[in-house]
Amino acid sequence: MNNKDLKEIEKQMKLANEGLPEIERDLFADDRPSRIEPLNKYLEQFLNWARARSLWILAFGTGCGAIELRPLMTARFDAFRYGIAGRPTPRQANVFIIGGYASLKTIKRIVRSYEQMQGPKYVIALGSCTINGGMYYDSYNTINRIDHYIPVDTYVTGCMPRPEALIAGFNRLKEKIQAGECDGMNKYADNFDWYKANQKRIIKDWNMPDYNW
Amino acid sequence: MDIFIKMVYAAISILVATLYGLLLVGTVHKIYARVHRRIGPPVWQPILDIIQTHGRKVATSHGIMFFLGPVFRLAGGMGTYLFIPVIYGSVVFSNYSMAGDLLLVMYFIFFGQLGMALGAGEGGHPYSPLGIARGLSQMSTFELPFSLAVISIAIQYNTLNITSIVAAQQGGMLNWTLFTNPLAVIAAMISLLGMNMHSPFSLVLAPQEIPIGPPIEMNGSFLGILQTNRALFASAKLVLFMNLFFGGATNLPIMMLKTFCIYLFSVFIGAAFPRFRPEQSFRFFLRVPTLIGILSVIIIAYF
Repeated sequence: MNNKDLKEIEKQMKLANEGLPEIERDLFADDRPSRIEPLNKYLEQFLNWARARSLWILAFGTGCGAIELRPLMTARFDAFRYGIAGRPTPRQANVFIIGGYASLKTIKRIVRSYEQMQGPKYVIALGSCTINGGMYYDSYNTINRIDHYIPVDTYVTGCMPRPEALIAGFNRLKEKIQAGECDGMNKYADNFDWYKANQKRIIKDWNMPDYNW
Repeated sequence: MDIFIKMVYAAISILVATLYGLLLVGTVHKIYARVHRRIGPPVWQPILDIIQTHGRKVATSHGIMFFLGPVFRLAGGMGTYLFIPVIYGSVVFSNYSMAGDLLLVMYFIFFGQLGMALGAGEGGHPYSPLGIARGLSQMSTFELPFSLAVISIAIQYNTLNITSIVAAQQGGMLNWTLFTNPLAVIAAMISLLGMNMHSPFSLVLAPQEIPIGPPIEMNGSFLGILQTNRALFASAKLVLFMNLFFGGATNLPIMMLKTFCIYLFSVFIGAAFPRFRPEQSFRFFLRVPTLIGILSVIIIAYF
């Protein structure tokens, strides 16, 4: 049995869900996320064209940057003209905006929400804190790099970036989606063990399933 | 052979109604945006949203009923639409109106909601049953004035066949039910506000209270089906109201103009009033509109 086969077997293995009490383990899914290949080339191009024009934000403010999201919907910036709208539940949203620093408590919720989103899903990291920790780089309670925990498609730098910068970030995301370069869902599935190890290193009270489908 | 041609016509008719409903929603978003001095999304935004939701690569299901919920909902919308003659005298747009009458259409209006209630309940999210409880209670209350209005026009025209009701209203504006039986129209138009679920009666989706209620766990294609149905169901209801109260339509532009005006009625009310609490909404429907409905039945039957 060569190395490749071993990897295949490991992929098919079920998740242990060790964070949950024994009695609850049956209630949750234990499947690993799997890679999903794109459809026929032209169909995928057409779908990407539509996806780029209909971005549904998960309305979950994870940090101080969330304050920049509100003006986007007002008459001044009017993000709705680009097809950007808020969705109240991760099941329906396809864009997750990490609004600034992520504290250890928030990263747990970020992981849960991100995994509940149905792919293809995109992540915009807003503000310096998500890239290198920003002004909280030496804080005991925040993480420094969000892309160690979930895959990120676009970064918007600054502390705080203005709403215009966020719209520019959205436009960059749209270009990438249309070009078919946003594949965070498959990246997460391929490197699932690495992401999980990083998450578990930082989240001490892991009392949820290993993969929150 | 005849039945196959009929099926092709019905398919064309459903497609036109769905596209029309989607563009109607898009147009209203645009109007809202202009009122807010925004540019607003393009009018075809709802179509893009549907393509996007159907284009999701994964869809989480919670069981068979969860899967069937949106299907029942769409069946309810299609059933409502298929038994209404859309354009009076047109072969393509007459649907199956010779096969069913007003009572069947009213049954189909209720059917989709019940199917959705079963399906959304299986999602397991606490906001789903909350939304369903609100929706079904509200529906029971706004059905009362609507049923009274229907009884009233059934007495007036001595039939429940929608095509006959449209035929009776031909020959000038003053023959419309709006002028021959105004009280029934008032009662029905108030219940239309509840059916369209714009504020003040937007209890079910209530974005700030129970974030979007019953469809909260619906994702991907499930949501896409629900959105398609919302467009089809909206145009079906508007066409039904146009047929019953505003003289029907003899061609497509007239149909679009009349239904757009009927839709604007609930949009204007929605833009002007904040949302009722559930008990306020239920009491509202059971008081004035119901009394108006009873009055219209009494007047049409005895005077």
